[in-house]
Amino acid sequence: MRHLLATLAGKAVKTVAKLRGGGSALPGLVAEKIDPNFLPRTLGNLPQGVVVISGTNGKTTTTKMVVELLQGQGLKVFTNRTGSNFTRGVVAAVLGEATIGGKLGADVAVLELDEAHAVHFVKLVAPRYCLLLNVMRDQLDRFGEIETTAGFLRQIAAATTEAVALNREDPRIAALAESVTAERVHYFGLAPQLRAMFPNDDDMRSGGTSDISDLPAADVVLSACEGASATFTVGSRDIDAELKLTGVYNIYNAAAALALARTVVGADVDEEALLDSLEAVTPAFGRGESLTVNGKPLDLVLVKNPAGFRLALRSFPPEGFSTMIAINDNYADGRDMSWLWDVDFDSLASAGVAEVSGVRANDMALRLFYEDVPVRHVDTDLSASLHRFIALEPEAPKRIYCTYTAMLALRRELGKLTEVEVVS
Amino acid sequence: MDAPVIDLLQLYPRDMNIYGDWGNVLVLRKRLQLRGYDVRLHEYNPGDTFPDQVDLIVGGGGQDSGQNKIQADLLQLGGRLRELADDGVPMLAICGLYQLFGNFFKTHTGEVIKGIGLLDVDTVGGPKRLIGNTVLESEEFGTVIGYENHSGQTYLKGGTQPLGTVTKGEGNNGHDSTEGARYRNVVASYLHGSLLPKNPAVADFLVRHAALRRHGSFDDAPLQIPFEEQARQDAAARPR
Repeated sequence: MRHLLATLAGKAVKTVAKLRGGGSALPGLVAEKIDPNFLPRTLGNLPQGVVVISGTNGKTTTTKMVVELLQGQGLKVFTNRTGSNFTRGVVAAVLGEATIGGKLGADVAVLELDEAHAVHFVKLVAPRYCLLLNVMRDQLDRFGEIETTAGFLRQIAAATTEAVALNREDPRIAALAESVTAERVHYFGLAPQLRAMFPNDDDMRSGGTSDISDLPAADVVLSACEGASATFTVGSRDIDAELKLTGVYNIYNAAAALALARTVVGADVDEEALLDSLEAVTPAFGRGESLTVNGKPLDLVLVKNPAGFRLALRSFPPEGFSTMIAINDNYADGRDMSWLWDVDFDSLASAGVAEVSGVRANDMALRLFYEDVPVRHVDTDLSASLHRFIALEPEAPKRIYCTYTAMLALRRELGKLTEVEVVS
Repeated sequence: MDAPVIDLLQLYPRDMNIYGDWGNVLVLRKRLQLRGYDVRLHEYNPGDTFPDQVDLIVGGGGQDSGQNKIQADLLQLGGRLRELADDGVPMLAICGLYQLFGNFFKTHTGEVIKGIGLLDVDTVGGPKRLIGNTVLESEEFGTVIGYENHSGQTYLKGGTQPLGTVTKGEGNNGHDSTEGARYRNVVASYLHGSLLPKNPAVADFLVRHAALRRHGSFDDAPLQIPFEEQARQDAAARPR
């Protein structure tokens, strides 16, 4: 009865919140208050259980990939697509899809969870599988130290009952294998020649990469990567794929998604269908999205920490593109701007940057001055910058590196000019 | 005539270079170059040979694990660094290195990590992390702006002077409104942010003393750095 009430009340609040244009957390709060057991009940009896995806970077894109890979294997998948990756956001997503009786018509739930909130979630619902991507230092103003974040992920790994998929190349993630109680530990990783493309935070200034001897064997290895073409080594087999995703980090996340999906499906996996699904995956919103404005491509590249920004700059050569950088420091972006000083902007020096914008535009422009990167306009007003950016060089393909809330604002503004998928 | 040389040393870039400490090195190097100096950048990691000629030293913050990696090396380097500081070599010590430049760091669990005693300050692990945008007033440098993120609480001993008095933020320990420490030409602070890009007065203090000590002169004409003043104002106005 309580469960029914919680579902009904939650659904009602969700409808009202939607009419008011509100967020996704409130309905979850209401349902949780009425029935604290709401999540365990709705998610606990899915036939293939719950899959949790966490880590500091790439959760949204990787979750989207895993969902589509599993759907391609014929599974009905429930996911928290809005990117509201807190427990209440999950409750709200369940409310959206559950029947009045509180039943989800799904085989498996694939959930993206914020590191800190995942710790609460796994106490409510033990995941059957988890995928832990990385620990980067973009959340230091929330958690203080990288080790704190790694500690959160350790608790997720420890709560997982069946199998854990870990990033072999991230020393803090690989180390979690020791605290895993699940029976199986799987790894995804990089071929040796690609490791230099993915410096982790510990390598930020040393130029080289950490000690890489004695790495465990990986189920899926990204062994080559050129533009959107990639080769994954799965067992002893090389699989060539033409992806719709760009950016080496997205392609490495594809290796992670493959490893997890193969683990979840098990021996019955249809490798051909897996490859088809992988090649069909498009970027999650704002993550390497390619839009079209005035007939020319405009790419949005989300950046939120030095390693990610450096990878993005390496992934996308600036030649032939007009570049904009938009940096906000709202709570969701992280308030600490220090990380801009750990990004190497040298690759932008020859082509320059057309627009620098966002709340911290002046910090970014100052950073570029100290790297001898020419900047044409600096304007804290995102809308003004965006319109000038598009108007001044209408013929040029465009690329915008942006922090999370800057990305949201730019998408809203771009929605007035072109078709932008609305995610609610 | 060859440009006058300044030897700039970054201490422990491998393990103590988080929170944008590299920005401080970039700013010192650029401001020296703009004034006509040829900057030789040295890096010192545990086990390296300490260079014979050093005019300016920068050291940054690290994870607790980074501090563990450098601690033994720093202790054996301590005598050398104290001599250089006494001799007027300008130094910038941020966050983790600030703590280890002091007498000791007593952690939450009561473990005492010995510092090199270059600064007469003691640090104890605090119950909560002090995190956020920070502004201080300093007689020497005017308004100083940065971002703090530390759990160690530092107390100034003897006559040790602070870098400034916090008007926004927690500062050294969250209790006495002091932030950072000064000794001769050494500046220590919890502010990363990075400190020097937005605090040119501090950058030029370090640069001036490096040049004066090495070459006996320094042309103190102010530099016109675009966006510097706006970036300062933006940062000072942001929520904690």
